[in-house]
Formats: sequence, structure tokens, C-alpha cells
Amino acid sequence: MRDRGLRVVELRTVTYVSGPLLFIDHAHGVHAEEVVEVVTPDGEIRRGQVLEVDGAKAVIEVYSGTKGLDLATTRIRLGGDSARLGVGGGLLGRMFDGSGQPTDGGPPPMPEEFWDVNGLPINPAARRYPSEFIETGISTIDGLNTLVRGQKLPIFSGFGLPAGELAADIATHARVVGAEQDEFVVVFAAMGTTAREASFFRRHLEEGGRLNRTVLFLNLADDPTIERLLTPRLALTAAEFLAFERGMHVLVILTDMTNYCEALREVATAREEVPGRRGFPGYMYTDLASIFERAGRLHGHSGSVTQLVILSMPDDDITHPIPDLSGYITEGQIVLSRDLHRRGLFPPVDVLPSLSRLMNAGIGAGKTREDHRPIADQLYSFYAQGRDLRRLIAVVGEGSLSPADRRLLAFADAFEQRFVDQDGRRPLTETLEIAWKLLADFGNDELKRIPPDMLERYRTDD
Amino acid sequence: MTSAPRRPDTPAAGKVLRVAGPVVVATGLDRTRLYNVVRVGRRRLIGEVIRLSGEMAVIQVYESTGGLQVGSDVIDTGAPLDVELGPGLLGQVFDGVQRPLRTLAADDDHPFGQPFLRRGIDVPALSEREWDVRLTVSVGDEVEVGDVVATVQETPAIDHRIMVPPGRAGRVTEVCNGPVMTSDAVIWTDDHPVALTSRWPVRLRRGAKQRLDPVTPLVTGQRVVDMLYPVARGGSAAIPGGFGTGKTVHEQTLAKWSDADVIIYVGCGERGNELAEVLEEFPRLVDPRSGASLMDRTILIANTSNMPVAAREASIYTAITIAEYYRDQGYDVAVMADSTSRWGEALREVSSRLEEMPGEEGYPAYLPSRLAEFYERSGAVEALGTPDRHGSVTVIGAVSPPGGDFSEPVTQYSLRLAGTFWALDADLARRRHYPAIHWNRSYSLYELDRWFDEHVDRDWSRHRAWALELLGREDELQSIVRLLGADALAPVERVTFHTGRVLREDFLQQSAFDEIDAFCPLAKQFWMLAVIRHAHDLLVDRASAEDVDAAELTSSPVLAELGRMKLWSPESCEERARELIGRLTAEVGTA
Ligand SMILES: Nc1ncnc2c1ncn2[C@@H]1O[C@H](COP(=O)(O)OP(=O)(O)OP(=O)(O)O)[C@@H](O)[C@H]1O
Ligand SMILES: [Mg+2]
Repeated sequence: MRDRGLRVVELRTVTYVSGPLLFIDHAHGVHAEEVVEVVTPDGEIRRGQVLEVDGAKAVIEVYSGTKGLDLATTRIRLGGDSARLGVGGGLLGRMFDGSGQPTDGGPPPMPEEFWDVNGLPINPAARRYPSEFIETGISTIDGLNTLVRGQKLPIFSGFGLPAGELAADIATHARVVGAEQDEFVVVFAAMGTTAREASFFRRHLEEGGRLNRTVLFLNLADDPTIERLLTPRLALTAAEFLAFERGMHVLVILTDMTNYCEALREVATAREEVPGRRGFPGYMYTDLASIFERAGRLHGHSGSVTQLVILSMPDDDITHPIPDLSGYITEGQIVLSRDLHRRGLFPPVDVLPSLSRLMNAGIGAGKTREDHRPIADQLYSFYAQGRDLRRLIAVVGEGSLSPADRRLLAFADAFEQRFVDQDGRRPLTETLEIAWKLLADFGNDELKRIPPDMLERYRTDD
Repeated sequence: MTSAPRRPDTPAAGKVLRVAGPVVVATGLDRTRLYNVVRVGRRRLIGEVIRLSGEMAVIQVYESTGGLQVGSDVIDTGAPLDVELGPGLLGQVFDGVQRPLRTLAADDDHPFGQPFLRRGIDVPALSEREWDVRLTVSVGDEVEVGDVVATVQETPAIDHRIMVPPGRAGRVTEVCNGPVMTSDAVIWTDDHPVALTSRWPVRLRRGAKQRLDPVTPLVTGQRVVDMLYPVARGGSAAIPGGFGTGKTVHEQTLAKWSDADVIIYVGCGERGNELAEVLEEFPRLVDPRSGASLMDRTILIANTSNMPVAAREASIYTAITIAEYYRDQGYDVAVMADSTSRWGEALREVSSRLEEMPGEEGYPAYLPSRLAEFYERSGAVEALGTPDRHGSVTVIGAVSPPGGDFSEPVTQYSLRLAGTFWALDADLARRRHYPAIHWNRSYSLYELDRWFDEHVDRDWSRHRAWALELLGREDELQSIVRLLGADALAPVERVTFHTGRVLREDFLQQSAFDEIDAFCPLAKQFWMLAVIRHAHDLLVDRASAEDVDAAELTSSPVLAELGRMKLWSPESCEERARELIGRLTAEVGTA
């Protein structure tokens, strides 16, 4: 991130420092939400942002922390402008820290323009409804929870579950059928992830030959926590530039939003705000929406921004405010299961709580295949029943099961082993083929979700 | 809101004292009144005075406050937040303070900014164009407030009735001659113009001659709604559910298929793409009753989650005021509010910035009264003036409880206010049982059985009662099976168990995306249920009379036909139902 314009005012009126916050006095002329430079007693420059102005007082959050600041000599420089990112084609192939400074040894890329990192809300009437199928090569996604261009889809993970691997796989393998592959670029933003995860991701893209089509913004686990509030906004600003100025299809990967939310809580606590559920601020929904809604397609613009967001569910609890509020904003969710992971399945996607809300627009005759939706519904229905039966036999034993029930039970196992678990990329046609094979044991009357004419055309169990 | 009448004297100018998120505190606005609209700062951001205390006016700002300074100007417009009412509303998309979003999106003088919402923009809600007017009064007539004085064909299906606004009763002294422009007058009473369009403050409910009892259902074409838990025209329904359980699909489905004349769809703090979907889909869909495009009867109010939070609060009022306006013209209007929780959260956010004492879950203590104000603006009425007109506003509010837990305040207060409750169930949604409205946990307080018996079939209410009872019974049997296995059931119970499943899968499940089944006319709903009941009665007779294996009984091939009834065409449903009933009697009825 760089700031443009002249520094007009410099203040030396810090009255109070608490957590990530600085309180200043005699703050005449401070603009709400403007970005400031904080000059430490040692002459180091840190960036911060005004949170509130109240008469002669102002509250500033310092992205890289308040460690080492004092009241007497710390200076605040005001520029009257919001945080901006220098955007340009030179972003591609580069690596930055979480505040936008290059970390790959190269010079800062030549900015063509400076864009406000907060973006502007997209006019809903200017949106083009997403409808282009992205083939990720993952059966549980392509077959049952299809991703489309312009969608925001999170992966609800848990600590130690392979969400990063899944996202990296998708970033390297995803393609849009019929589209030119080099239109597709990746913007990766890490918030508080370990250096190991970040370099795993980088290596994966490098091996896939996609590194020069990637922009990385990395705030690592030992980087300043408050900076995490900035990192996804930088990434999305870069993405919007590439998508809507350059016509590219951008896949933005944000990981791990749980760390982002914790930074948000830290600031709220320091401001002594009334805490909401589990101490997270009441405006977290709105704050997350200001990030997640920066996905989509626009009328009159050829590019798109697709978001794949990783978040860890604390205690694997899907009702925790972080996954809960995210789920209320995103267009579905892919939920990873510790149980499937323990049993060695990859990717360990639990399809029952997973959902893609934009699936219907991206599939069906002319897009994927006419039997796509019915097949997905049928697999869901049988798998849900099979899972119920698993619980049931734990109580009453297998003896009381009817032959039909036994088939459902066997189906649930086969579904996990043959459909969920996979080794390498699977095209959609193969995914659907496996699905039909799994249904071969059932009579036409049992396949209630599939119209008779499709049964005739697609049944493969001869 | 923007071109609101101003007081003739110079507007009072105040100064910003404090900026905290969407809330601004200003001083120097001594003469302002509560709920007046003010313009803040250099960009003239729109705000509304929500509290006056001593020298200070607290303002909620409907646009992002970034960049404001202490000392920025605040100008009082002297008028409360209001909306512009008149022909040209239908088919439009507005933001929470009625700015026309399509007009803004088409504004192409800014090459890149155009799809994004900039701040401080003033555009009239209704665009200027010519309208053909049919006058219904002549010079010399005496007219009262609410009288229809002219009509305009707004869309093929809606004849827009121009009514005398408050303060304009009197003798008609002049009438327009030929077509008029949007901003013109149609008649003059006592030499004062009565314009084609009028304004109304959004926080003030529009009056009516009297309220009427809601006795007619809003027919939706959704079996779980119409057959089990209907909502009355002029009533209200709440549909709470965790994320992804189907609130938006349900609201959109009702917006498409319910038999209201006008639909107001409010996207309040929800996703931009959901509005884009409506905008792309509705113009292509045909309203089965009018033959015109569905968009022609729809007005969208969009304040998505990333748009300024305070304007969410306004969007609900904007919507309900427009709804009342069409109601007063004599139309049945349905307001779909997705989601009232986001509106509640906007109240909470503003309240917490004011450092008010938080109530339950941080919501302000006035949450229940605000919710009540909203729900109570639904209703069936006899409108003011002549000719006699009956209209209604039905409110359907989605609720998004945190963690899907219905014990939270917004859900609880909504339940007290709404007459119909559709309980979405996360487990049903996970198994793709759609709509995921739970049959045993929902309810409807409206007494509409009589209407259905009179207008569809006299057996309607008896079949309905039977279905409700059977579903309740199945639920009990489920818990036995879960403990002891299906073997524990007697043959007749096994039949009930079987029929419960048929009801759930072959009757209640209804995909909103299926071309045929998305909308199910009442006659088809009736016949589907009649067939299921007939099959059930036959099975019960057999199971109780003979020593037969219930599992074998219920696997009779003709029963599989029940699963295909959804795809019957509505025209032939009665004929096919009678034929299937005959086959069932022949094949299941006897050994
Ligand atoms: N009646 C239905 N028929 C078919 N599919 C449905 C139906 N209702 C819901 N669904 C499916 O469930 C998904 C989620 O529904 P929806 O978007 O309405 O949830 P929601 O309750 O509004 O969630 P949120 O609170 O996050 O907005 C849809 O994308 C669709 O796939
Ligand atoms: Mg929704």
C-alpha cells in the first residue's frame, strides 16, 4: 500500500495508547477514516487509520501495533486521504506483505492509479448474475456444490484440516470449459497463516506454472495482527483492478478469515465497545459483507472476481459467529469433516452441510448436463438416509434393517469411498459417471429425484 | 427525500461534532425536528435526525461517512424522510432511500465508477416521461381526500389511480388537457395543483376508512403453504431459518407465484447477486394471471449488506409506504422483506454508536416496538375516498437468527406479531427436502378453511386436517422406530409410517426450480392430497382386515405413481387423479 498526496498536518498530541489504538487530542481537521502515518520515537513509520473523530479528539488504529510508541515524541502525519493501493499490470507475479510492501526483493510495481482499498459498493442493478461453471476437478464440488464465476464460496475448515491443500488444488486446476486459460489469475491473501502454509501454496502454484499469473499478499502468523484488517482489502482492490479494468477472471483466495475476525475483535475490545456474541463486535456481519460482497460480475465488463475463502471453525462449531455470519453472506459453503479426514479421505468434504447457492445457474442442459441437478438431488437424498441408518444401527443393530435400508447403508459407504475420496483431478463427466454407477443398485421407482426420461438415457447398469 | 419542500427561510446550518461509523453528532441545528432529513458535509450526504438532546442533533447517515471532519457543514432540509409516489414505480429498483439504481448504473459519464455506488448523488426516483391520463372528475366536482381523480395505465395489468392527497380536498377548478409529464398536475382543486405524483413521509402510516378482517388467502402455489399453513391477504408471515435453509428462495418463489397484484421485494442487508437474479429472471417470467412480465408488477428495494448500514433501516419503511400507496388504490400488495434481522442489526449498530443502554443481545430496548410498527402496517382495508376500494398489504418477513437458534429476540418478537409462522429446519435443508419448512413446527392463525372449502373443494379442510394429523402421528412413530426399529410397529402403524413418508416426499417437497412443479394450482394440490388419502385408506383397510405383510402391501407398483403426481399438468390433474384413484382401488383395494 502506498499513500499519495502531500502530508499536510503533523500532530504530536498523543494522549493515550491502548492495545492497537492511539488517542490524540487537538485533532483539528482530521477526516473520518483517513489513513495516517505514525512516526515512532525511533523514526520508524507505521500506518494507521482514523476510527472516530469526536470534537478535538480522534481515535487511530495502528496497523503494525503500538509497541514502542510514547506520548511525548510520537508524531502523527495526516494526509486527508483514505488508504490506497497503487494498481497496475505490474502487480502480477509479485509478492507483498500484508500492508502491500514488496517482499520479493523487487521494486514497488509502477502504479497506474491509486485506488481506495475500501472499494465502493457494487450497484446491485449493475451486477450480472453468475452463471459460468468453473470445473475445479473435485467431485464433491463440481458434482454437488458447483462453483461459478463471480461466486463467493468459503471452505469451513477446522484446525489441522486440509483446507489449504484443497484451495491450492483448486487454484491450480480450476478451469472454465471453453475459456482461454491465461485469462485466469489468482490473488492470494494470507492473514496470520504460518510461513509453512504460505510457502506450500506458493510452491503449488509454481509447480502448476501459475506463479507469474498470481499476486500474493502475505500477513504471516508473526506479522502484526491489526494489519490483517487491511490485507484482504488490498487483495480485493488488486482483484477488482485486474478483473474490471483488465478483463481478467480473478480467483481470490483469502485465508484464514478467522484470524481476520480476531483482529476485528481486538480493536473492538480496545475501544471498549459493547461486545456481541463471543466477544465479536455487533457490526461484524457488515464488516465481513464489505469484503465478501466484493465478488461478482458486472454488466459491460468482461472480467470477474470469484472468492474462495478459508475459515477455521473454532472447536469445529458451525454455529460459532465466524462461520455463522460468513455463511449468511457467502453464496454457500464447503464444509470439511474431521471424521472423514481421520478416515483418510481427501478432500474430506461433508456434503450434507455443504451448499452452493449459485449452482442452479451454472449447470444443466447447455451448460453441464441435463441430469446434473437430478443426480445431485438423488445422491443427497440417499446419502442423508444412509447416514441416518448408520446412526440407527448403532442403537438397534443391523438385524432389523429391510433390504432397502441395507442398500442405502451400503450406498453411504460407497459414496464416501468412490465419490468423495479422490486422487487427482476429475473432469465433471467422470464425476457424473461415478454417480450413475453408485445408483446402479436401485430400481427406477426408488430414484424419485430423477425424471423417467433421464433414467432411460443415462442409466449405465446393464 | 431530495427535492422535498424546503422552508422558505434560509436553511439552518449546523456543524459536525463527532463521527462514529454511520452516526454523526452535529451542533447548531436548533430548529430541526426529529426525523428531518439533513445533508452532511461537502458531498451533501443524506442523513436523518434520530435524536435531539440539548444542543446536539444525532444523525444517522445513509451513506459512508468516511472523509467527514469535525466542523463539516450540516444542512437541515426542513422535511422528513419521504418517498415519491406515482406512476413509474413498477418495474424499478431503488435503494433504501429511493434512489433509482438502474438509472445510476446506466450513468456512463464515469468509465469505471458507473457500476459502483458513489456518494451524495441526487437523482429523482421517478423519471420524467409522458403519461396518458383518464380523468374521472370534471371541473366543478367536489373532491375529498382519497378520491380517485384520474387513472393512468402504468403497466398492462395495473391501472394507476391518482388520489387526492391530504390538504387538497375542495372543488375542481381546472383539469389537465391531454397527456401530462411525470411532474405535472392532473387537476387543480381550489386553484391548487394535484400532481400526478405525491410524496409521503415513510415513518407515517397512511390512513384508511377502516380495517377489514383478513379472510382471503394469499394463494402461493406452494403446497406446504396453501394446504397446511396459509397466510391471509392483509396478514403477515415470518420465516426464520439459519443460513442456507431457504428464506430467500421462498421469498422469491412467493414473489413470483403468489396472486398479489403488486410485489415489493426488499433486499435488506442481503446479497447483491440475489437482486441481480430477480432482475434477470423476473422480466422473462410471465405472470400467469395478467399475461404480462412479472417485473411489471414488482418493485425492488435494494440495500445490500455492503451498502450503508443505516439505509437498511430506511429501506423497510420506504417499502411499506409504497405498499400502502398501492393498497389505497385498491390493490393487493405483498411485501417480501429479506431479511428483517439485518434491519434489526442496523438498529442495534446505530444504537450502540449512541452508547444507548443495550437490551437483549445488544439490541436496543425499542426493538419490539419498531418491529410491531412494521408488522402492524400490514392489513386489509377499505381505502379513503370514492369509489369504494378494498386493498391489502401482506408482509412476509424473513428472519436470520444467529446460529439458527430461534430463541433470539428478532425471531421471538416476530413470532408474536406474525399470524403465520413457517419454521425452516436446517436438517431438512441438509437432506435437500425443499422447501425446508417443518410441517410439525409451523403454524397459521388465519381461519381460511372456509374460503378453501368454498372456492376449491368442500373436502379441502377435511383433507387438510387429515394430513396434519397423519404427519403428527408419523413423527411419533419415527421416535419409536429410532429406538426399537421398524419391526416394533403394528401393520396399521406401518401403513401410517409409509403414508407419512409419501406426504413428505411426494406432496410437501416442491422444488422451486422445477419447471412444472414450481407453481402448483390449488386444484392440483387438492387432487394430489385426495389421491394420497385414498391410497392410505385402502392400505389401512387391508392391513387391519387381513393378515398381510405391510411391507409387501406398500410396495405395490401402482403406489409408485404417487411419486409422479408432481409432474402432472394442472389442466389434466383431476382426470388423472380420478383415473389413479380407480387403479388404486382395483390394485391395492383387494387381495
Ligand atoms: N424451495 C426450494 N427448492 C429448491 N431448492 C431450494 C428451495 N429452497 C432452498 N433451496 C436451496 O437452498 C439454497 C439456499 O437457499 P436460500 O438462499 O433461500 O437460503 P437463505 O435461508 O436465504 O440463506 P441466507 O440466510 O444465508 O440468505 C438455495 O440456493 C437452493 O439451492
Ligand atoms: Mg437469503
